[in-house]
Amino acid sequence: MSLRPDLAIIADSVAAGTRVLDVGCGDGSLMAALRDRSGVDARGLEIDAGNVAAAVSRGLSVIQGDADSDLAEYPDASFDYAILSQTLQTTRRPDVALDHLLRIGKRAFVSFPNFAHWRVRASLLSRGRMPVTRLLPEQWFDTPNIHHVTIDDFRAFVAGRGITVEGAWFLAGDQRAKSAMANLFAEHAVFLLRR
Amino acid sequence: MTDDARFGLARHVTLPGPLRLDGGVLLSPVDIAYETYGTLNADASNAVLICHALTGDHHVASPHPVTGKPGWWTRMVGEGKPVDPARHFIVCSNVIGSCMGSSGPATVNPATGQPWGMSFPVLTIRDMVRAQAMLLDHLGIDTLQAVVGGSMGGMQALSWPATFPERVRAAVIIASTARHTAQNIAFHEVGRQAVMADPKWRGGDYYEEGDAPSAGLAVARMAAHITYMSEAGLTEKFGRRLQKREQKSFGFDADFQIESYLRYQGLSFVDRFDANSYLYITRAMDYFDLAEEHGGHLANAFRATKARFCLVSFDTDWLYPTPESRAIVHALNAAGAPVSFVELHSPFGHDAFLLDAPEMNRVVDGFLRAGA
Repeated sequence: MSLRPDLAIIADSVAAGTRVLDVGCGDGSLMAALRDRSGVDARGLEIDAGNVAAAVSRGLSVIQGDADSDLAEYPDASFDYAILSQTLQTTRRPDVALDHLLRIGKRAFVSFPNFAHWRVRASLLSRGRMPVTRLLPEQWFDTPNIHHVTIDDFRAFVAGRGITVEGAWFLAGDQRAKSAMANLFAEHAVFLLRR
Repeated sequence: MTDDARFGLARHVTLPGPLRLDGGVLLSPVDIAYETYGTLNADASNAVLICHALTGDHHVASPHPVTGKPGWWTRMVGEGKPVDPARHFIVCSNVIGSCMGSSGPATVNPATGQPWGMSFPVLTIRDMVRAQAMLLDHLGIDTLQAVVGGSMGGMQALSWPATFPERVRAAVIIASTARHTAQNIAFHEVGRQAVMADPKWRGGDYYEEGDAPSAGLAVARMAAHITYMSEAGLTEKFGRRLQKREQKSFGFDADFQIESYLRYQGLSFVDRFDANSYLYITRAMDYFDLAEEHGGHLANAFRATKARFCLVSFDTDWLYPTPESRAIVHALNAAGAPVSFVELHSPFGHDAFLLDAPEMNRVVDGFLRAGA
């Protein structure tokens, strides 16, 4: 089974034998890959009961919970990596979630869809309607993405907070995109952060 | 091994003990009624202990000797089920304090030759767990592949890794809690007072006359039964419908179906359960506070164990609601223990864990297979 491209980047970058918390782990695809390929001790947090059941039935340790309310319960520096993939833009307080991520994990992976991708811009500019794209498939009224963010927004945010960026990957379609002009041409970004 | 008299259905053993109880008393001997299913493998590594709830027994997957009904958890235990005798060596024992063959107030005190009655020592959940550990010693089982329980069975399953950190590799805790709340204790106290207010209770010495405080015990069961069901479930099942009549009687018969149902539940219960056992076991549950046993910090209960944990709660369970399970999950996280948790939907309240719940089976099955 092949991983979603952003998850594949994370799976390739996590050191073997480490401890990982996957926040918003879905059905546990990334956790299972990390466990099976790299002997990672992976734990998950997931809001959807069906996804939790699917992940637990593959033998993973996953807790049903909410990134907005449950991250506070995890002890400091209890994981080597905390991962927030495609979830940052769904939290009520992305800033608080990110603080917790960097408190719980010694490092954090954060991936999100880029709201400044040219297709999103074009849709808003030409049609004057909220964009519905491959990575943002929901209508404005039923989308879980309540805090849209662009790559440049995110870069400014982490710089303003003194967070170190140890790595950044950009994706257009399933292909890697260049860092230059990523804010315009990347659909998707993955950041590796350290406090 | 199949010829071993220790293994099979409807077993009973008298262990010399003594068992040192949390109340400071030494219990000796210790009688335990139990059943086993499946075959213990050569290195005794496939044992799964099933822990029963307040009024349960060791007939987890075999017919009840009094009622003839199928085992109380055949949805979880049996061929093709998450706990499967084809793979697991399954042990289920009657808790001490109960009345199905294990030492309890209805059994004979060897010192007097008379039933213990209220002179039986007050027990804790941990005492029940220690008695189970003695049984495992007798059966030649050092380490459990898993311990599984719902409700009070979940309290035991939670106490197992806290009490014997090295002897259990996985614990499944369903619809349970790490402590009894004031509300939990309050409902139990209503039940106990109903038993003790029955003149036939006689301070617990009713065995010789063979005339038990059935009316009081039935009321206790009725009150408890309400806490096992959800308001929505009651409304759906009974609503305000009348029982075999067109109009209200303007009297105090069971006009409503819910009244008739509760009376039936109370009456049928007294045929299979001892009133004093009900007092002792509810007391043990009320005393249960796993954090208190570990310096007030629940996480400390799990620091010594390497066991994996799986917790399941049900959204309409108001006896042990989801926040009780979450508190356990948070403590396990703080202790760094591998833990899975899911809240499942069911209209059936606390009873949901005993009923058909395919998602629960899926979760427990996956969890148990992962550790095999």
